[in-house]
Amino acid sequence: MPSSSSGATLLELDGITKSFGRVVVADDLSLGVSAGDLVGIVGPNGAGKTSVFSIISGDLSPDSGQVRLGGEVVTGLDAAARCRRGIGRTYQVPRPFGAMTVFENVLVAAQQGARMHRRASYAWASAVLDLTGLATEANGLAGNLGLLQRKRLELARALATRPQLLLLDEVAGGLTDPEVAQLAEIVAIVSADGIAIIWIEHVVRALASSVRRLLCLAGGKFIADGPPAAVLADPAVREVFLGTGVRSQAGDAAAAAGLAVEGLRVDDAADNGTWPA
Amino acid sequence: MTWVNDIVQGVMLGGLYALFACGLSLLFGVMKVINLAHGDLAIVAAYGAVGIVALTHMPGAWSVLLAVPIFAVVGYLVQRTLIQASLNRGVLTTLLVTFGLSVVIENALQQFWSANARTLQIGALATDHFNIGSQISIGYLDLVILIAAVAVLLGLQYYLSYSKQGRLIRAVADDREAAQLCGADYRHIFGIAAAIAFGTVALAGTAYGMYTSFYPSSGSSGFLVLFAFEAVVIGGLGSLWGTLLGGIALGVVQSIGGQIGSTDQVIAGQLLFLVVLAAMPQGITGFRRAA
Repeated sequence: MPSSSSGATLLELDGITKSFGRVVVADDLSLGVSAGDLVGIVGPNGAGKTSVFSIISGDLSPDSGQVRLGGEVVTGLDAAARCRRGIGRTYQVPRPFGAMTVFENVLVAAQQGARMHRRASYAWASAVLDLTGLATEANGLAGNLGLLQRKRLELARALATRPQLLLLDEVAGGLTDPEVAQLAEIVAIVSADGIAIIWIEHVVRALASSVRRLLCLAGGKFIADGPPAAVLADPAVREVFLGTGVRSQAGDAAAAAGLAVEGLRVDDAADNGTWPA
Repeated sequence: MTWVNDIVQGVMLGGLYALFACGLSLLFGVMKVINLAHGDLAIVAAYGAVGIVALTHMPGAWSVLLAVPIFAVVGYLVQRTLIQASLNRGVLTTLLVTFGLSVVIENALQQFWSANARTLQIGALATDHFNIGSQISIGYLDLVILIAAVAVLLGLQYYLSYSKQGRLIRAVADDREAAQLCGADYRHIFGIAAAIAFGTVALAGTAYGMYTSFYPSSGSSGFLVLFAFEAVVIGGLGSLWGTLLGGIALGVVQSIGGQIGSTDQVIAGQLLFLVVLAAMPQGITGFRRAA
């Protein structure tokens, strides 16, 4: 098997194709993510963002193509094996183990994903709960948490597996601006720690201000890849979000009306000036 | 005083029911598998114990020590092959597959052991008893079975609540995909849960073989599986100590019913089951867990 040409390349997708019937969610996708990188992916609803995550994490097998982590082909491994090799993932809709305490949720991830033994796993689980701001909730039942805390727990559980690569699926979705800011802060700390992150988000503002590299996924292909400002200014990206033939005036009108267009919260983007006028 | 004795006998009968229901409760709680072959597996264990005694000439009661670990290994293998394969095809498939397994087991037993009734000979232990006062008589075997039931069910509840592996079993039972993302190989965990469940089935089956005579179709034609299901439902699905309470409640009600009229024993138990199902479908421990 070809190993990664650059030693710093952590994740490689090579010619990934996946379709459900006639719906193509990945069309010969290729992507390289370096160790420690912080990459964002935007795209309209149904563009296949979550499917790409599932293909990386092992929840979904591609029809063809390869997923490599650190040069090793992991395409044939299930999600648990990939997790133990360093791929952590959060779900868009948090899935805590509801009947277990918050601490137990994180402990399972530390002991299974990171293969830690008793004492080390307890210390690590506590550290992760501190980082994600859940320390005071540690002994409460995970099923009783509110949305923000569930999102934090989802992040905590993924972090507890000691990932080299963290896949964040809409961690900011459904949260208020201050809450999103709090989560973005945690993500920044994690990134500073050298963990590579790929972050999918509908709230473009949170994403564009956090990531160093932004990709736009549409029709199963990456139609743009580069610094966030450049990608958002790309006419092809604008067209995908706002529709063919729509000029910026129409986009502004939609923004003024607070309309969500094709899954993008235009108001968010426009308010913050991240969407080029 | 006879009614006190009825209750005591009922509690001990309930111990056997609870022991029977334990594996059923665990398999359902962890994998959502309703094992229709449960009773037949218990009878296989009873025959296995008879076979072990015939081969090794060990005392009958000791055969448990071999039957339980052998069954645990069988449980792991059955889970990793048959049950896992059917789980991947939906809940109905597991019902059909375990029903089929039940039919196959009964016919195989009949082929190898004939239809004659057998018992697991344990000598005087089967009939020895001691008296408390003039009315209450307690059989040693009944008492041992009750103690085993309490120890196994409470022990397992403790294991699930506080051990590393128990925690993992609960996580997988809750959401196996999320557990996989935590690095847990859920198939292996299911296998371990099945091993434990089958071990308790073997314990219940050998206990039953010591308690009374059995024949190849005892597992399904007797009321055993029915009582086990009732114990699980009365206690509350997925709660092991609830299953213990459910088994004992069923035993006590049956025993009292039996005093009212000899044919009323079973019907009294079914009435309790109906009342619980109608009034508190979550079982007698359900309210506590929902809180």
